[in-house]
Amino acid sequence: MSLAAAILAGDRRALAQALTLVESRPDEADAIVAEIYPHTGDGIVVGVTGAPGVGKSTLVDRLAGAFLERGRKVGILAVDPSSPFTGGALLGDRVRMAGRGSEVFMRSLATRGHLGGLARATPRAIQLLQAFGKDLILLETVGAGQSEVDVMGFADTTIVVVVPGLGDEVQAFKAGILEIGDIFVVNKADRPGADQTLRELRQMLHLGPLRPWQPPVLAAQAQSDVGTEAVVDAILRHHEVRLGDPERRSRRLQEAERLVREALADQLVQEVVARAQGLGNWTELLAAVADRRIDPAGAARALAHPVPSD
Amino acid sequence: MTATVDSESTRRVRVLIGKPGLDGHDRGAKVVARALRDAGMEVIYSGLHQTPEEIVEAALQEDVDVVGLSILSGAHLTLVPAVLERLREQHMEDVQVLVGGIIPDEDAEELRRMGVRGVFGPGTETEEIVRFTRSCARRA
Repeated sequence: MSLAAAILAGDRRALAQALTLVESRPDEADAIVAEIYPHTGDGIVVGVTGAPGVGKSTLVDRLAGAFLERGRKVGILAVDPSSPFTGGALLGDRVRMAGRGSEVFMRSLATRGHLGGLARATPRAIQLLQAFGKDLILLETVGAGQSEVDVMGFADTTIVVVVPGLGDEVQAFKAGILEIGDIFVVNKADRPGADQTLRELRQMLHLGPLRPWQPPVLAAQAQSDVGTEAVVDAILRHHEVRLGDPERRSRRLQEAERLVREALADQLVQEVVARAQGLGNWTELLAAVADRRIDPAGAARALAHPVPSD
Repeated sequence: MTATVDSESTRRVRVLIGKPGLDGHDRGAKVVARALRDAGMEVIYSGLHQTPEEIVEAALQEDVDVVGLSILSGAHLTLVPAVLERLREQHMEDVQVLVGGIIPDEDAEELRRMGVRGVFGPGTETEEIVRFTRSCARRA
């Protein structure tokens, strides 16, 4: 049986091995993804992002428990940073996950130098989990600052987690992070200043244009499982709104275009680099750029449009 | 550009560090986890008080090459066979098991006979653990 067929048949080890392939050997993973792709895209992908230490992992664990109780099949992808120096990574998100056994399939992903708060393999990892039968996927990003907004590209619903009293709140919320949230959770809401944080967030969100979905701002204490149900309800309501969105089709087409463009770019880069390496002018061009004899875009143009030699 | 692509898509050694049983002291486990990370491996740390079932399930889901068990409670002759047995049940015999902690010499022999690849006592240099772990990896 092929790895893809084994995944579709519900083989957990096949899923784990395929996840390793999409991380480490994208070329070999192509065939698997091609086979499972028709079985992907259903269910809900919930992204959870926020600064380090706000309680993302704990909230993800509580949401996993609540969705299990509602009969959902839950998968978790938790992303942690790789060291830029050694490439190693310490993936510690399992510590916060209360032993849910084999009911929940959780995979830790290292960023492996990829920027944007997620791992490069993230979209394919989501597809593998969906093909396996998971219909509720929780995607936890690395501790995000203001630029790690990739999550909204992969998640159907993005949750931004904040805590009270994290310095100047207005400062923390002003950039992209305020725009990517479909749901805001003020975690550790038993701490002083929680009311103020809730109020400020609501005010800022209501300053924006009126949208079909007004992001709710919810208080929670994930550690003691307080407020989890309200977050689950908000996720399901957001899902309903999205299903009824008249622009849903055009959004899907836009997403398809983005994915095809990305894949095309990857394939073309590989082909062009391989051709240049075969001709022996790859290292030569790199040296020319390093020595400032040619600019990077000029080198790329020379590679993309080689002058015919005959 | 290629450097990024290469580093993102190379097969990395993945290691699960688990603490089965009741002892609540994980300094040693964390020191080892950090050393393995600094050697370029992806280390999944699963936390305290794990059952053998939880450790093997985590090893399966994370598709690790090596499972390192840190045991200071003295219960290694019960906990380690339980982990090995469950690995066999899941057809994961290719996953190598290392044990660290306070293990008397005769018990270390016994653990090796059961199928443990390496046993490391207090005072072991982290370099030695790193080297040994790398040599155990299925696909380096």
